[in-house]
Amino acid sequence: MPQNSSKKHASNQQLDVSGPTPKSQRTKMVRSSDDNEKKNLVKKLKDVEISVPIVYGNVAFWLGKKASEYQSHRWTVYVRGATNEDLSVVVKRAVFQLHSSFNNPMRVVESPPFELSESGWGEFEIAITLHFHSDVCDKPLHLYHHLKLYPEDESGSMSVKKPVVVESYDEIVLAEPSEGLFARVQNHPAVVVPRLPAGFSLPPADDADKRKRIDPKDNPLTQWFTNFSEADELLKLAAARQQVQAQIARVRRQLSLIDGQHQQSKPPTEL
Amino acid sequence: MDAKDILGLPKISLPIPQEKKSRPQKDSQRKPDGISREVYALTGGVPPLMPSVDVNQLKKRHQPENEKITWEWLAFTNSARKDNLQLYHWVRVVNGTPPTGDYSFAKYNKSVDVVKYTDEEYEKHLTDPAWTKEETDQLFDLCERFDLRFVVIADRFSSSRSVEELKNRFYSVSRAILIARAPSPADVSGHPLVKEPYNISQEIERKRALSMVLSQTKHQERKDAEVLSEAKKISESRMAAKAAQDAELPVTSSISPEGVEKTTAPVDTASPSNMQVSAGVAPLMSMADNAAAAAASLRMLRVYLRTYALDQMVQAASSSAGLRTIKRVEQFLQELKVNLKPKVPTKAVCAEHLELRKEILTLLNLQKLLQNKEEGSSYRESSYTETPDTPKRLQRGMDQDRTFIPDSVSFGAMSAERVGKRDQKRKGPGREAPSSPAQSKRPRKLKATDS
Repeated sequence: MPQNSSKKHASNQQLDVSGPTPKSQRTKMVRSSDDNEKKNLVKKLKDVEISVPIVYGNVAFWLGKKASEYQSHRWTVYVRGATNEDLSVVVKRAVFQLHSSFNNPMRVVESPPFELSESGWGEFEIAITLHFHSDVCDKPLHLYHHLKLYPEDESGSMSVKKPVVVESYDEIVLAEPSEGLFARVQNHPAVVVPRLPAGFSLPPADDADKRKRIDPKDNPLTQWFTNFSEADELLKLAAARQQVQAQIARVRRQLSLIDGQHQQSKPPTEL
Repeated sequence: MDAKDILGLPKISLPIPQEKKSRPQKDSQRKPDGISREVYALTGGVPPLMPSVDVNQLKKRHQPENEKITWEWLAFTNSARKDNLQLYHWVRVVNGTPPTGDYSFAKYNKSVDVVKYTDEEYEKHLTDPAWTKEETDQLFDLCERFDLRFVVIADRFSSSRSVEELKNRFYSVSRAILIARAPSPADVSGHPLVKEPYNISQEIERKRALSMVLSQTKHQERKDAEVLSEAKKISESRMAAKAAQDAELPVTSSISPEGVEKTTAPVDTASPSNMQVSAGVAPLMSMADNAAAAAASLRMLRVYLRTYALDQMVQAASSSAGLRTIKRVEQFLQELKVNLKPKVPTKAVCAEHLELRKEILTLLNLQKLLQNKEEGSSYRESSYTETPDTPKRLQRGMDQDRTFIPDSVSFGAMSAERVGKRDQKRKGPGREAPSSPAQSKRPRKLKATDS
């Protein structure tokens, strides 16, 4: 029973669009004039959420022979689309707040790829702030990532060729996006948009410039990125739920048994 | 040393610098003159970096000597006095001429302007059934003498009137006089007496309430605070739930097949009584309400991270469960080999995760309920025994704690235990009821006792 917006939209599709608008369907499409269209672009789509899957983390290379005491690793911290898509469709800029021992610890990255490379020796927490385009949100979003340079197993295998990679998967949820935003991103590969119910028609986004995928050849780090798949987790969760549900059923049966017993034994024991 | 020998330099030169070194050290350790050593040590033991008082100013206070200052014992008059009492005091005389001016403290002799009414004015505007003219006159006289200190006035008033009554009479009379004497009502409409008349009933009520608040015992205070916070929580979440209901369906699905409807019903019936003291109101808050509130707050954010959203929903779902229950849920998850925080938090994964947590909560509560029922029935049969069989699948070595019932499954026999404050601390695996209902009505008598 996943709570997908698709479930809600399935129920919406069964509703009659031409009749009086039911509670869940709020937006009216009036296409008579340009003004109205502009207003409509700002209107919020209720019951709709857009999600942008992202992965953020760092890749760190040990410098080996070229390592000095204070510059032992070359690391890159980044925020990327989960499938290496271009995030600039929603993200205006990314601000990385480094440790105060770096000069200019606040590094702003205005264009994709939203990554920052530095050299150093220490691990610390990096605060990543994502600023969005104005039609997405006014407030920035904060992520925190602990920079990892040294491998998990005790300094055994520091190699110059193989970096230490730590990534975290997350999704940016844009609740109730405006219609304009929805239209803009609906065909972009970085963004997951739900299917809108029938009766909604939005101006089609131009696919041409949205087709910009980040070519693996452009970014040498791509080869180290982890591939996050939800299938594994889903399977495990489904199995766990089945187990729990079976146990619940069992306990319920026992409870009803006792109840039955009590029904029998109540009269004599009741004072 | 040998060099000095050769050069013929005196050998004594060495001890002297040492002496010099030790002496300054000793000096700083010695106390300064004027204050004792311990006091000096309190200030840090070292002399201050900056002198607090300019030392140069310390001695030369005396004025330029062109003036001759003497002090004389002179008489003075006080304009604040109505009698002509002559008192004497020391006066600083400069160059033979005594100072002029009134007694310096006369300016502090302030008094209140109490209105004075004539008899005709009294007859015309100020008569009152509850007050005689003599009483009113006496009141005003006392007000003048005691500068409107009503507590003192009440004390000295001949007939025993309360402070509020006296105040009421005084202010209403003053107000009436003011209005009567004013050339037009507009002139005095700005006067505070006219704008805000004394409200005697309100004053009495206010003072009573104040004394009640001040005389509350600590116990009472605590209970009041509890009730207020409960009420606040309830009204907040109900407002959020209303906002959520306006927008869309609640994000979380029903907790169990019993459904959301049953859970909202207890909340609605609880609403008329939510202002009264009942600690049971909070447990009646349904999970659906909490979830709806959480969903509403997420939507407020407009942009948020999926992991954050999951956290909020998890918190909302387990908000009415105790800390130990939450730990048990997490233990359960670990035993099922599920990550406490999903590694790939997509929408589907998060939804599944949330549902799983809720189901585990349900399971734990049902187990607890089962256990309670068993013990309850064995109490009724006046034998405190326990079934020793422990099926492996229910084997979780956890502590018991409070019951929380998410769905209104009600067992009539166990209504006493349902409110969920029973705190049994019994370690051990969950028990199972005997599986054969065909046994006699007292199946568990004389079985092995718990050890």
